[in-house]
Amino acid sequence: MLTLAILIPLLAAAVLAVAPLGATTARWTATGAAALSLLALVVVWIGGGEGFRAVSEVPWVPELGIAWRVGVDGMSLALALMSALLFVVATAWPIELQQARAYYAWMAFLAGVSIGLFVTLDLIVFYVFFDLSLVGMYFLIGRWGHGEAQHAALKFFVYTLAGSLLILIGIIVLALNMPELTFDMRALIDTPPLAAAGVVPGLVFLAFVIGFGIKTPIFPFHTWLPPAHVDAPGPASALLAGVLLKMGAYGLIRIPLQMMPETFARWALPLAIVGVISILWGAIVAFAQENLKRRIAYTSVNHMGYTVLGIAVAGSALGSEAARQLALTGAVVEMIAHGLITGALFLIAGAVWQRSQDYHLPNFGGLAGPAPRLTGAATLAAFASLGLPGLAGFVAELHIFLGAFGVYPWIAAIGLLGILITAALFLRLLRQMFFGDLPKERAGFTDLTRIEVALLAALLALVVLIGLWPAWLLSLIDARALIAVPGGGG
Amino acid sequence: MPIGDLGPELAVLLTAIAVLLLAMVLPQHRHGWCAALAVAGLAVAAGLAHAQADVSRLTFSGTFALDGATAWGRVLIVGLTALCIGLSPRWFATDRRHGEVYAMFLFSALGAMAMAGAADLMELVVGVLLSSVTGYVLAAYHRDWAISLEAGMKYFLVGALANALLVIGVVLVVGMAGSTAYAELSGAIPEDPLALTGVALILTGLFFKMGAVPAHTWVPDVAEGAPVPAAAFLTVVPKIAGAIALYRVVALAPGIEALSLLVAIVAATTMTVGNLSALWQDDVRRLLGWSSVSQAGYALMAVAVAGRAPQALPALIAFMAVYGIANVAAFAVIARLRGRTAITDYSGLVGMHPGPVVVLTVALLSFVGIPPLAGFLGKLALFTAALEAGLGWLVIVAVANTVLSLFYYLRVVAPAVFGTPGAGAATLRGSAHVTLWLSLALLLGATIFWSPLWSALPGALLP
Repeated sequence: MLTLAILIPLLAAAVLAVAPLGATTARWTATGAAALSLLALVVVWIGGGEGFRAVSEVPWVPELGIAWRVGVDGMSLALALMSALLFVVATAWPIELQQARAYYAWMAFLAGVSIGLFVTLDLIVFYVFFDLSLVGMYFLIGRWGHGEAQHAALKFFVYTLAGSLLILIGIIVLALNMPELTFDMRALIDTPPLAAAGVVPGLVFLAFVIGFGIKTPIFPFHTWLPPAHVDAPGPASALLAGVLLKMGAYGLIRIPLQMMPETFARWALPLAIVGVISILWGAIVAFAQENLKRRIAYTSVNHMGYTVLGIAVAGSALGSEAARQLALTGAVVEMIAHGLITGALFLIAGAVWQRSQDYHLPNFGGLAGPAPRLTGAATLAAFASLGLPGLAGFVAELHIFLGAFGVYPWIAAIGLLGILITAALFLRLLRQMFFGDLPKERAGFTDLTRIEVALLAALLALVVLIGLWPAWLLSLIDARALIAVPGGGG
Repeated sequence: MPIGDLGPELAVLLTAIAVLLLAMVLPQHRHGWCAALAVAGLAVAAGLAHAQADVSRLTFSGTFALDGATAWGRVLIVGLTALCIGLSPRWFATDRRHGEVYAMFLFSALGAMAMAGAADLMELVVGVLLSSVTGYVLAAYHRDWAISLEAGMKYFLVGALANALLVIGVVLVVGMAGSTAYAELSGAIPEDPLALTGVALILTGLFFKMGAVPAHTWVPDVAEGAPVPAAAFLTVVPKIAGAIALYRVVALAPGIEALSLLVAIVAATTMTVGNLSALWQDDVRRLLGWSSVSQAGYALMAVAVAGRAPQALPALIAFMAVYGIANVAAFAVIARLRGRTAITDYSGLVGMHPGPVVVLTVALLSFVGIPPLAGFLGKLALFTAALEAGLGWLVIVAVANTVLSLFYYLRVVAPAVFGTPGAGAATLRGSAHVTLWLSLALLLGATIFWSPLWSALPGALLP
């Protein structure tokens, strides 16, 4: 079933690449493929189960312990579901382009590899999807972006490839240290290799943190993110923020936290500090941006900082087990919430670009008059992003900080400042965009179309649902299973 | 010493002679038949090589090793030569000496096969020289084009120096160790300065064949100036043979740390020099030449850990095979575009010629090692072998170089895909077109059939 969820979009991409379809047909083919993928994941979800479920395995290179292994636990299922939903929305999002068929082919391709990354249980296949997501996003940004798109795409590709190769080295070292060469994630989680202290585990851990840190991104490896976001087409930015960034954080949990818990515990404090720096840096720099997309992009650095803080707390082996579980739950919820909220924000930004070809905030104002629906959606998303109680962001940040106060109270206290700044910057953004006087050049600004409203509503409805009734998501994630070894082994 | 042991080599030799005779008889516009005959002869050689795949013994008084490495070397050399010949008919159609070029390809392939199978230093010298002499001719085949002549000249000068060093090295080793046969030299090379100098000189001669530092300077010139099919051939076939021969020599002295270190340093330097020089090339052929230098550097990683990691030999052969196919594919694109080489000419090419752009993109991304392309699996094997032998620093260098290489490969791909199209240009159809798609099919097939191929690779050498 999970294999289907990967193959359907990839097949659709192949069809779109060769079959001479019109733009509308191409769009619905890609959307339909993503929807079928989502459906397959929902079927797995309804099937329920504990631990890794819906597992299947086909050998690829048995001599090297590489195989096509798929299976999900709560965390990866939740992330895959969120990704599939975001892909449905982003491909269905109306956008005017040249060579639409190729665009939708790449979107479908990206959907397949992104979902594949979350549901695979083989480290090499994981790496394959990790790199393929770079290729897909490179072509999406380079070909359909605006401004300095090629430059941004190149920077994105080179930067993240550097990270992914570090991850590859780490993966190889982990696999070589298994009693028998294997890239099976379950085996590596059950018997973490490299348990002994020494230089090598530290270096491997560093490779993973830098590699995943570039993708997440965490300070100081975030500099590829703003140009890539600004110059990408709206739906691609939504996917970049909503899905691709999660790959970094997901990898951080899946590999260093679960496969080398002792080393993680040793380095958890520096990682937490880096997380807090990301929180503050992202928030402060975002505050200073006058470009709509840049501002949202830097809030991604801020939000992923919360996630990293949560992950660091979870792997710290300090404090009570309950606190660490809270933090990890929060980190995963933050990933989901950030995917939905920032995905919505970037789609809104894409809608603004379609109507005005402009991102410069001072050029806007008073849009609440001509575009009430856009204003409503943006306000809801912005409030969710700044962590208003009753919305998804609050649930996530509450969990993270509850956990963090139990382990690193001072760091948590500093991190709280980030929420304050984020609130200020979003309120300012809303004021600049939607209130005040409408500039003359914005006179013909049209509101969101019905289909845009419907797509945004799907995302924001979930944001509200998670905010009001998070229990279903929390029980799906099941953080207890993720750090099952008491004390993280350390 | 049954003569049948050298069946594949003899088949290539006899075919070469037959092609030469045929070229004398046929009128020039019929010389395409020489290509057909050459490919047929290569097919026979491949069949004979396959029949000997499971044999493992020394033959001809211990001068030639029939083992897994030879079997793979033969099949790769024969197959890739056939691909390069596939690029040629239309390319050389207007050349007065069209038919003879196939004989040259075959003689050069014969030299490469002798090099790959050599189990004796003198046999190695013969192979290297035969492969070199024919290589000079192939590089300068466009006699009235200055750049081609210059390429041939540079190849010849660097080659003359390197081959002289090789022969001096052989003399030193024979003098100090008392034998030319690998079976007797194995583990018996004395650790004294003269013998070590001899081995180092032999390695230098083979570095020339592989296009590795310090004898790498011919590669970009040949890639740019030689006729495109010959450039594809010279950047692939002698390199594969050289890699196997190099591995055999390094494996003779497993205990001598200094040799491994030397090869590791050469590997690191080669990949770095190749990549840095490729960065700002504006000519795609030259860029491919420098990229070919850097790829030789990656391959040397496996030679550096020879005997210290069980996967070293399979990794080397697998990586070189994938590199060879991808390089031929890249040059096939250039042949298909009739030698169009300036990067600016590639702007917006995807609109006019989507097929070649797709093949070029796949080939270049395979060089980078983007999964799941076969280039990734080759690099994965190399990295695993190097990490297993504890050469972490070399892997870090290779990783940094890989990131660097992505930059210049994208300098070709990005304009082709994102750019605005310029004027149309002439293209070469016919067998070059078929070869293009065939090499893509081989490259993708390598990914799918990696497991059976990998388990068929030899784990160890004969002597």
